[in-house]
Amino acid sequence: MKAGNLIHDPYNAIITGVGGQGNVMASRILGNILSRKGCFVTIGETFGVSQRGGSVMSHLRISKQSVWSPQIPRGQAHIVVALEPTEAIRVLAAYGNPAVRVLSNTRPIHPVGVIAGELAYPSLDEIRTALGDLASDVALIDATDEAMKLGQAILGNVIMLGAVSGAGVLPFDAEDFRDVISETMSGDKVEINMKAFSKGEEMIRALRQK
Amino acid sequence: MSYLFDTNEGARYLMMGNDAIVRGALEANVNVASAYPGTPSSEIIENLSKASQKRNIYVEWSVNEKVALEVSFAASIAGLRSICAMKQNGVNVASDFLLHVALSGTRGGAVLLHCDDPGALSSINEGESRHFARMIELPLLEPGDFQEAKEMTKWAFELSEELRSIVIMRSVTRLSHASGNVILGKLGAPEGKAQFKYEAVPGDADSGPVITMPVPPHHALLQEKLKKAVAIFEKSPFNTYTGPAKPELLIITCSACNLYSREAVHLLNAQDRVGILKIGTTWPLPPKLIARHLAMTEKVLFVEEVLPFLEENVKVIAAETAAEVGIKQFYGKNDGAMPTINEMNPDIVVDVIKKILGIEYIAMDEGYANRAKGHLIARAPVRDLTFCPGCPHRASFWNLHNALAMDNRRGFVCGDIGCYTLGFLPCGFSTMKTSHSMGSGIGIASGFGKLTQFGMDQPILAVCGDSTFFHAAIPALVNAIHNKSDVIFVLLDNSGTAMTGFQPHPGTPLDARGGALPTIDPAEVCRSLGATVEYADPFDTEETQKKLLALMREKGARVLIMKQMCALSPEKKGKKRFEVKVDQQICRGDTCGCSRLCTRIFRCPGLVWDNKRQAAVIDEVICAGCGVCAEICPSGAIKKTEAGR
Repeated sequence: MKAGNLIHDPYNAIITGVGGQGNVMASRILGNILSRKGCFVTIGETFGVSQRGGSVMSHLRISKQSVWSPQIPRGQAHIVVALEPTEAIRVLAAYGNPAVRVLSNTRPIHPVGVIAGELAYPSLDEIRTALGDLASDVALIDATDEAMKLGQAILGNVIMLGAVSGAGVLPFDAEDFRDVISETMSGDKVEINMKAFSKGEEMIRALRQK
Repeated sequence: MSYLFDTNEGARYLMMGNDAIVRGALEANVNVASAYPGTPSSEIIENLSKASQKRNIYVEWSVNEKVALEVSFAASIAGLRSICAMKQNGVNVASDFLLHVALSGTRGGAVLLHCDDPGALSSINEGESRHFARMIELPLLEPGDFQEAKEMTKWAFELSEELRSIVIMRSVTRLSHASGNVILGKLGAPEGKAQFKYEAVPGDADSGPVITMPVPPHHALLQEKLKKAVAIFEKSPFNTYTGPAKPELLIITCSACNLYSREAVHLLNAQDRVGILKIGTTWPLPPKLIARHLAMTEKVLFVEEVLPFLEENVKVIAAETAAEVGIKQFYGKNDGAMPTINEMNPDIVVDVIKKILGIEYIAMDEGYANRAKGHLIARAPVRDLTFCPGCPHRASFWNLHNALAMDNRRGFVCGDIGCYTLGFLPCGFSTMKTSHSMGSGIGIASGFGKLTQFGMDQPILAVCGDSTFFHAAIPALVNAIHNKSDVIFVLLDNSGTAMTGFQPHPGTPLDARGGALPTIDPAEVCRSLGATVEYADPFDTEETQKKLLALMREKGARVLIMKQMCALSPEKKGKKRFEVKVDQQICRGDTCGCSRLCTRIFRCPGLVWDNKRQAAVIDEVICAGCGVCAEICPSGAIKKTEAGR
């Protein structure tokens, strides 16, 4: 159950997305997993009015030493997990650095300004290029599309958590995930979440082998 | 095991600040908890309600914050422990009663817990309620991290009983809605017996009637309590100093800013140059403790949110003890070193320490920052707030906007706080033209309606939500009707306090613990006041707009209830009423002549523009199936079919 060593202390992770994507849930599950493994975890969340179409961002500080500020300082993110790809770019502009890693879902959620025709939404290639320019390692996965195959688009957040585990940057695995979700979810829900988690692990590994 | 019931002293949990407050209240054996919901405070009562059966706690969502505080107070003078929670503007609502509670005093431990929202992350104001403590002369506590949020809540009840005064505790969004590790304390068996004793002479603290008269002696007694508080605060373990004995710079801070200050000192690697005095008892300040720390250095920096509360109060002590502590160089909000608006973060603290001590620190390489900014501008389109897919408010404002346009007399809508505040934005077709405190839409409309003698001839409408109706709109509606103000009151009834997480209100049938309660029907209330009341389903756009137009031609007190459940409500969420599709044979895109009415104007996130096909298309992941867009397309290209559930 003990956590292995952290790559950085504190390890700073940002989970970002758009209201309604299950960002807050994902950050709490990850936080609980690592807290149970003996880490100090601090999570800063922006929710409230931001649920209404706005960007939602969670800052996770994972440490063996102490509690940290619920806001990560500028330029100090170690990993950005994006449930929506342009949100990854937004986060990097404030918290990025040349060594940062990015794990992003590919499925766009168009801002109202784009829907209204006032703003342009970039192509996936443009997004990939921008992220590649700002991060040391970029992995883009079709989390929402896979979640829809499992019958629930919302499981995109769990697929992304699986991808974080598969990327090997934080000390946790599928069983740690099961332990935490079993406390609050019923049996059949646990199983579909486990499937989503494994899918995420699998997708990131497949991407690595390419 | 939930942290609510875990009796394992020393167990460690990852908790939201609000959960830590809940656990602290449980460890203090709280008996009664009341509140009106408001982000970021709502989880406190929500989670206490989960423990209410097992721990014999009475938990209530009250009609507004003033009544919530009165309910809590009753428990206190019956000898029980009570907590009352609210967001910052709730304290304004409760403040009249609070002023009198300060004078009358309390019996069982009474805590007013308010959560301020620096930066207005989920508010339409940046009000700071700390000033009420000084103005009304009450003790104020501010926890500096998650563990303290628990310990301090527990202690606040003991302090209240020692002082016989209500104690104010202030949290902020970045504590209440942030999470950190908390180690549990002892959870005793629930206890408490309620009896209100009034047999002794007025003014008897234990068993007399609880009144504020005669006022000067009661006021003197209140000030005695504050003096006693100062003596306690001088020795409080919630005031801590970390740093060298003779720091070059002393930071005086409190609340979440404690964490930002620690982070900044760490980033600058300045632990042996900077000391941090974290104050947990921020009113009244303990002067000896402050003076002792001021004497350690010449340079003092204040880090706090939002206004210079700590700063100005420390400066009074500095002036009074100048002979003893010497002249200081102060950095803070009054000299412009720190901002007086918005929330703080570690970077703001880093920047100011850097300047004061001449430390080199680059948060982000300039080349990287410029590249990132370029990508941000070109490839991360701004995400404006909007109503959720399937939100009844989008349809309601569509109807209001169109009816006002058809009426063509420059009519307008006054509103207030709720999700529907977004009615001033393009997502609400910029229909709402005033937005202030709860219930103020109908109050302002009542005033507008009396301006006809000065030539005002615009139709005046007011909107408010169902929870807001009970909270603060009824007196304003009474005022409008009694004074024959010519307004239309539109109740946007989405069946719950939706914005803060579907807490019940007097119009809904359940209490905070899920038990049955009688409902109060807003329509009956309005009728009893003499108004005509009509209903409309905002999703039926044609009928609703007809009704609105007809109402605008009438005079007198008119109420229209637009009833449609919130798309995120537990009953409705995830259940599509309609399957909606855009028939690509019929949608002719830009060649249609509709000028992309559906996406350019209606702007539902579930209906997007497909650039490749140059036509509208439903995003099936996002669409909530309300079917309103099908009524909007002039070509009938958007098709809805019953989802068949």
